[in-house]
Amino acid sequence: MKLLLDQEKFDFVIQRLAQQLIENHPDFVNCVLIGIQPRGIFLANRIVAQIKYDFKIVVPYGKLDITFHRDDIHSQNNMLIPNQTDIDFSIDGKQVILIDDVLYTGRTIRSALDALVDFGRPDKVELMALIDRRYSREFPIQADYIGLRVDSIFSQKVKVFWKENDKKDEVVLIDNH
Amino acid sequence: MEKTTFTQKHLLGIKDLTRNDIELVLKTADSFKDLMNRPVKKVPSLKDTTIVNLFYENSTRTRISFELAEKRLSADTINFATSSSSVSKGETLIDTANNILSMKVDMIVMRHYASGAPHFLSRHVDAAIINAGDGTNEHPTQALLDAYSIREQLGSLQGKKVAILGDIMHSRVALSNIFCLKKLGAEVTVAGPPTLIPKHIKSLGVNVTYNIQEALAWCDVANVLRIQLERQNLPLFSSLREYSLYYGVTKKMLDSLKKEIVLMHPGPINRGVELSSDAADSHHSIILNQVENGVAVRMAVLYLLAGKK
Repeated sequence: MKLLLDQEKFDFVIQRLAQQLIENHPDFVNCVLIGIQPRGIFLANRIVAQIKYDFKIVVPYGKLDITFHRDDIHSQNNMLIPNQTDIDFSIDGKQVILIDDVLYTGRTIRSALDALVDFGRPDKVELMALIDRRYSREFPIQADYIGLRVDSIFSQKVKVFWKENDKKDEVVLIDNH
Repeated sequence: MEKTTFTQKHLLGIKDLTRNDIELVLKTADSFKDLMNRPVKKVPSLKDTTIVNLFYENSTRTRISFELAEKRLSADTINFATSSSSVSKGETLIDTANNILSMKVDMIVMRHYASGAPHFLSRHVDAAIINAGDGTNEHPTQALLDAYSIREQLGSLQGKKVAILGDIMHSRVALSNIFCLKKLGAEVTVAGPPTLIPKHIKSLGVNVTYNIQEALAWCDVANVLRIQLERQNLPLFSSLREYSLYYGVTKKMLDSLKKEIVLMHPGPINRGVELSSDAADSHHSIILNQVENGVAVRMAVLYLLAGKK
């Protein structure tokens, strides 16, 4: 097991991601954040809080569940149970920033894009991920804002711990043998 | 991500389900109900699944509800009504089903006048079978949507008092509801004329009364069932007028209880027989909510079974 981000670096990464966002979106005009259920919500919550703290701006923020848009419902041994979708604003003509914790094969994001366009026609969609597992993509999908790039192999697993859920902020790379 | 397993390959009856299975359906239905209030009411989950609706008996709500549920999940659907098919030329159930399946169908939603027909078919064909009502046995999706509707009104089923009123003997809705409600921890009383209440119904753990007023005074929820004239070949009560007089539910009766009561009916209503028009259309009634919830609950059932493939 390898420690990728400890608490200090974790905090720094969140701050930097929020800074990167405002560089591209001055004052967050016409901008909305959408966290992908379930674990993208943790990052989205932090980003929303960070933006509020740093810039005193409250950005519209929704949660998107992609369970029904997955391409693998038959291959699961266990059934995938949906989480709540909560988007109480229109995304028509908006700059949407999709937020997830780990970008890996890109399949989740592909599903999320499908699920997202059911809510309207955004002007632009960008992607933020805390961790980018490079060179693992199965779809041509790249993130616009990345906390940390990680080189890993298929048998390894990246685990993100969140204080709210796991009592600590930490990212580790786990070897599965 | 939370993962829970649905234990069934088919949905033949509530009798076979665990409490966890039922709760899984209800929880999944929450998400589909949410989906129904969005601008795009469709998801691609079952885009690779073909479903045949095999109806050997008439139906309005159930068939439309299933078809809508299938379409909202992006499944391909085929509708089959026996009256306009080769069944009228004498083709057997297994032959009909196997012929349909050879066209690569994944699921069969089936209504049949014979109790046990879907169970029989499930042993002989390779497709997931969903019982949409078999004779006087079970109508599982109705019980699930009834449970969902009660849960939506009262928060939970645990400890709630549900009265099932009317023609218990011929009703598959009654049997499925009893199994479902008991598994979810509700108390159940059945009430109606003695001739329409099966002798051994108590063995299912329900209370029995022949007094509708008494049942209404006791319950939080009254589920009024249709008098199934098409299944009665014996004179079990003297006339519809008499039935309505002694066992019909009216708005006046409900109002006189001076309490909140949830009124349900699986439809189609014989207005003025088991339920008066003013009761059916009163604020107690959640009959149209039941119909709305039916689509979400059936989407949940189809989705959970498709995932087992």
